Amino acid sequence: MKDIVQQILREAFEELDRANSDIKAIDKVRVKYLGRKGRLTELFKQLGGLPKEKRPEIGKVLNEAREQLEKALGDAIARAKTASLEVSGDFDITIPGRRPLVGRLHPITQTARDICQIFVQMGFEVVEGPEVELDYYNFEALNIPKDHPARDMQDTFYVSEEVVLRTHTSPIQVRVMEARKPPIQIIAPGKAYRCDSDMTHTPMFHQVEGLMVGKDVSFADLKGVLTLFVHQMFGPHVGVRFRPSFFPFTEPSAEVDIQCVICGGKGCRVCSYTGWLEILGSGMVDPAVFEMVGYDPEQVTGFAFGMGIERIAMLRWGIDDLRLFFDNDVRFLDQFF
Amino acid sequence: MLVSFRWLTSYVDVEASPNEVADRLTMAGLEVEGVEDRYPHLKKVIAVRITDVAKHPRADRLMLCRCHDGSGEYKVVCGAPNVRPGIVVPLVLPGAVLPSGVKVGEAVIRGEKSEGMLTSEKELGLGDDESGLMILPEDTNLGIPLDKALSIEDTILEISITPNRGDCLSIIGIAREVSAVFGVPLKYPEISLVETGPNIADVTKVDIKDPDKCHRYAARVIFDVTIGPSPSWMRDRLESAGIRSINNVVDVTNYVLLEMGQPLHAFDYDLLSEHRIVVKCAEEGQRFRTLDGQDRTLYSDTLLICDGAGPVAIGGVMGGENSEINPDTRRVLLESAWFNPSSIRRTSKKLRMTTEASYRFERGIDPEGVITALDRAAQLILQTAGGILAKGRIDEYPRPFVRPVLTLRVDRTNSYLGTSFSRDEMKRALQQLNMDVSDLDNGDFKVIPPTYRQDITREVDLTEEIARILGYDLIPTGHPRTVMIAHDRNEHLQLREKLKNLLKGLGCRELVTYSFISKASLERLGFTPSDVRMRPVELLNPLSEEQAVMRTSLVPGLLSTIRYNLDRENKNLRLFELSKVFLPHAGEKLPDERYHLVVGLVGKRYPIELYDAGNLDYSDIKGIAEEILGFFRLSRGVKYKRDDLPPYMDKGFSASIFVKDIFVGAVGRVHPTILERFDIEEPVWLLELDFDELFELKGPEVRFQPLPKYPFVARDLAVIADEGFPVQSVIDFLYELNNPLLERVEIFDIFRGKPVGMGKKSVGYRLIYRDKTRSLTDEEVNKIHAEVAEQVVSRFGLQLR
Repeated sequence: MKDIVQQILREAFEELDRANSDIKAIDKVRVKYLGRKGRLTELFKQLGGLPKEKRPEIGKVLNEAREQLEKALGDAIARAKTASLEVSGDFDITIPGRRPLVGRLHPITQTARDICQIFVQMGFEVVEGPEVELDYYNFEALNIPKDHPARDMQDTFYVSEEVVLRTHTSPIQVRVMEARKPPIQIIAPGKAYRCDSDMTHTPMFHQVEGLMVGKDVSFADLKGVLTLFVHQMFGPHVGVRFRPSFFPFTEPSAEVDIQCVICGGKGCRVCSYTGWLEILGSGMVDPAVFEMVGYDPEQVTGFAFGMGIERIAMLRWGIDDLRLFFDNDVRFLDQFF
Repeated sequence: MLVSFRWLTSYVDVEASPNEVADRLTMAGLEVEGVEDRYPHLKKVIAVRITDVAKHPRADRLMLCRCHDGSGEYKVVCGAPNVRPGIVVPLVLPGAVLPSGVKVGEAVIRGEKSEGMLTSEKELGLGDDESGLMILPEDTNLGIPLDKALSIEDTILEISITPNRGDCLSIIGIAREVSAVFGVPLKYPEISLVETGPNIADVTKVDIKDPDKCHRYAARVIFDVTIGPSPSWMRDRLESAGIRSINNVVDVTNYVLLEMGQPLHAFDYDLLSEHRIVVKCAEEGQRFRTLDGQDRTLYSDTLLICDGAGPVAIGGVMGGENSEINPDTRRVLLESAWFNPSSIRRTSKKLRMTTEASYRFERGIDPEGVITALDRAAQLILQTAGGILAKGRIDEYPRPFVRPVLTLRVDRTNSYLGTSFSRDEMKRALQQLNMDVSDLDNGDFKVIPPTYRQDITREVDLTEEIARILGYDLIPTGHPRTVMIAHDRNEHLQLREKLKNLLKGLGCRELVTYSFISKASLERLGFTPSDVRMRPVELLNPLSEEQAVMRTSLVPGLLSTIRYNLDRENKNLRLFELSKVFLPHAGEKLPDERYHLVVGLVGKRYPIELYDAGNLDYSDIKGIAEEILGFFRLSRGVKYKRDDLPPYMDKGFSASIFVKDIFVGAVGRVHPTILERFDIEEPVWLLELDFDELFELKGPEVRFQPLPKYPFVARDLAVIADEGFPVQSVIDFLYELNNPLLERVEIFDIFRGKPVGMGKKSVGYRLIYRDKTRSLTDEEVNKIHAEVAEQVVSRFGLQLR
């Protein structure tokens, strides 16, 4: 009996070898030996006819044989499955992936975050303020009295004689200074509004405002902080220049230009062939502003700055039309991961 | 401001190119926005000598000319009457574009080739004569660009002057800056007058009734002038600044305005009643016709220049039609005055009139320049219109200018700027700006700024001048000594930013739409007139009706954006906006600015057709709502109700969301009739949440729950309910039982069909039981579950399946 089992097993393995990687052939082997009428199965059925004392021994041999064959069949099928596909190449690895739906943050949000992040690293705190603002905070407290030509610099939306849509994020400076004592290091992102709409202006836009006030804060510090910002935002090798300008709430005032990121300073349409791009306005806080909030300009000094988020986003991604930001065409939004 | 480089350099002898001057001015705070050739079209015009003239074989009136430019010959067809051999004329070469816009090319005229065009001075923009060819001097250099050949090359600098620098609104003003920046001397025009007429006091009189608005008023009178055209040099200079020539007297006033920055006005002396001037305010509602022919209604604070009878000019803004210089004018009264800047600005704003004069008065002109400009103008009128000048001048000066005396502290300046400039450097910078600088005993300076620098009134203004003149480049790049400031965590902002991240993760794209919308779009949402959202903050001066009010809802912006995208075949949309709405705030000047969130879904659940997963439905938008409420650590206390739905939600497929009985928003489908008003045909699934409310209601900070050590046992409960039965109510009920072994309940199946019966549904609940301290046995769970099932059935009258 033992020999018969070994013989059958040998034949089964030979047939399995011949079946190679053919799954059908392997299955035929299974049926032939282990199926309901399979050769090994038949032997199991004969067990009952054997003398009682022989049964355990033969049973053990049979079981071992079955296990061996089942394992071999299993391995053969696994091998065959892999082999068949490897060989035939039927599995198409180029079918489109089922991409999970992932949205996008608006490029303005992304840019505002990146700007704030740079200043937060330097120890600035993010603060906010109202968009519908008192004339007092938007203008008067910033040293822009009524009947002053500096008001022409910003076309204002009025809600009433006393209330405007803030034309810049600068009123946040005043609100913070009124509420706190120096030292102050804040950064304030938000929407601003001006009564102007053309290729290069939208009536709503976004700014980030910054303010640093303390003992002995100097113009050199302003240059240092803003140069650091430019290098972190646009790269360590981008040239920066500070150019005298005028803002009613800073004295001295400076426009900050960076070397054109499009042409590298050689001159192109984007930089009007000057090689420079204006990216932010800044200056030492005017003593008149300190006086308005009850600070003593002899005791504290400080600097402030403001920049347009859209402007920075446009330079960063090469966006050529401001209005795209507010059309919200998803083909536009999808471009900014 | 447009500045002719040629004109500019007649006052300051600077050895630098226009571009160099532009760069240095820009870096000194006078931003030069453009450097343009004055005569770009003359680059392709050369002087040539006509060597031969012959009749055109096929045209009676045309001539064939041979022209020589010194090195080569051109054949040109010409029809001018004065063409003749020997003369030197301008030849426009092919490719040139004339001021009229005419583009000159090589042409064949009646079979004869013409290699350019011979022109009149008018066609070249160099004069008014159009009768024939412009004839150039014999010794003109041939063959080089005409502006060079005629030595009229010029560059126009376009300079942006900041509002504080009224003193730079003139050629001499700019020249002063060039002089300071380059350290070269300034040459003022020389003024000498011959006064041969009667004493001025005998011919006129000035009476200032409102000295607060008019600090100074000076006048001269010139007799026997002859009105006519100005000389070409003057017209040329006016034109370089973009000012049209009118007549010699008016041109002089404009010329001096451009040259010195002092606005002047010339009256026809004979049209002034009683030949005298009274300066006083108008009466409210008074009418007056200005010289542009417009009738103006004046205010009680409008300053008028009057004669013995009535107004003849709006002071500092514009003259009147009744007294303007005209071809018959024989006698001129010339005004040079100093008006209060804010008064002029108020008038200019109220009357909506901005003139060259008002623009300068608003920004503050030199109170001591009034007389110089008056004399300069008198000199130029005598020069260009002839006449006899009355002896002396009127100079009413009731509010003499007091020059500020400032102290500049050397150390303070250096610490403010972060520099180590020497005393001498500071002194030199100030002196280059014509400041009167003297040493104080303690090493600081006493500084008196020139009278034209009306913007310099404080020490910090001097600091700026020093920085500007020495150069911002010389200020080092420092690093502030920062102080550690422990500031509050801006939790509101942080949570908003995190929520945006979450929405991005949920597949939504962020929108940024305008904060202002049309009032009509709020009406379209169906708010009743009494709704607070129908009382938005309105702008007094909106750009359009579409942007006239501050939004009280984010929904119109969302729907407009959906519409915009659908129009562009962007069909599958998942959009959100987290931004402010502006609600009226009783008793406050400023509105209540609240953050809202809207999410809108349109189209397919999955945008790739290959893996189509059907259309979006209520469960998709509600799933987003649930995720967001979970983010606020709210979930078990949330109720979805049919009450208090916003008017634009479709009642059949929408719910209001309540947290602790407070309304926080709505979720569901926008009503089709509302969508129709926004031209949208596709269903829009909308979630609207009041962020600020959720921020207040948000649940406690996350507490870690230990992971279970023992297995759970699940038991299902299938019931048959009416179609409208709220499936959530069973879950809420089960949780309210507070059975410590019941961990959670979920719905695994909702089935409709034959075995269930019409108008019914079968709902399968799966109850998960677990004890944290041991394994539960089947027997005890079966017992508990049977009790629970019984309670559900009896509470809701449901049928077990």
